[in-house]
Amino acid sequence: MVFTSNPWPPIVALLVGGFLFAIAPLGLAKVWAIKFSPAKPGIQKNATYECGLKSEGDAWVQFKASYYLYAIIFLIFDVEAIFLLPFAVAFTGLTVGACVAMLIFILLLLEGLVWACQKGVLTWD
Amino acid sequence: MEQAETAQLKAELSKHGIFTTTLEDIYNWGRKNSVWPLTFGLACCAIEMIATTMARYDLARFGAEVFRASPRQADLIIVSGTVTKKMAPQVVRLYNQMPEPKYVIAMGACAISGGPFRDGYNVLRGIDRYIPVDVHIPGCPPRPEALIDAFMTLQKKISEQHLAGEKRPRHLDAELPSEFPVPAYGEHGLEPSENAEVWNPLKIIQ
Repeated sequence: MVFTSNPWPPIVALLVGGFLFAIAPLGLAKVWAIKFSPAKPGIQKNATYECGLKSEGDAWVQFKASYYLYAIIFLIFDVEAIFLLPFAVAFTGLTVGACVAMLIFILLLLEGLVWACQKGVLTWD
Repeated sequence: MEQAETAQLKAELSKHGIFTTTLEDIYNWGRKNSVWPLTFGLACCAIEMIATTMARYDLARFGAEVFRASPRQADLIIVSGTVTKKMAPQVVRLYNQMPEPKYVIAMGACAISGGPFRDGYNVLRGIDRYIPVDVHIPGCPPRPEALIDAFMTLQKKISEQHLAGEKRPRHLDAELPSEFPVPAYGEHGLEPSENAEVWNPLKIIQ
């Protein structure tokens, strides 16, 4: 058997081959750039923002956190609407217990809305 | 070896089934068949440009279907439409942000001279006042066939460029600039009104 002697040389050869396969095009491109194509950097060419318009101000601005609460409240009532629809459809066939449970659910959410309103989340400034 | 002699030898070898080429030819062949235009439309000419890229006219046959949304990845800017004085700085800035080699096609009457809006108070009389235009196409708007013709003209231009020597293209010459001054919107239109290094109109001698 050939492979019983030493299994490593083919693997090392493959590894070196793979490395060269990755490096050679890059090296060729570098040699080409040195020989023929000079680098021409510039202020606009190297600018981070790639747009015809000039970038204004800093990208590290803080967005208002109040929008986060606003969005969460929207999400909660959006989900509530999904519960309310089947509740309304099945309303006539429901027991008193189910109605009370639904009422508690709505009241709990309504309490949250009142809390948010008092906190001033819903007033936009 | 003389150029004619080389061509003769090439023809002679090809008769015997031997294909010869030069590094320059391969380089230019690769470049001319992979010109990526910038996704950039200004006015009605842009509609014709879009039509050119679609299935009926199919610019993809020339290797130019990849319209890049970023100037960093584009080789060609097709100035397709009226360049207003408000838009001109943005066009020049986009051109500046493109990597070398970069080419410009001025598409339509407006882009080459201002066209029917030439006398408008806010219309630039041709983008070649600020950036070097490679191919001008007249028309209002030019048909997609005209844009394809302009594209093939550009490909021909690319394939004839030399890698070295005095006549080598701008991107291979370290001395020549890759960025051009961006005009500012001043009190009486754009300042400066043209870039004298780029704009060489024919002089009228009386």
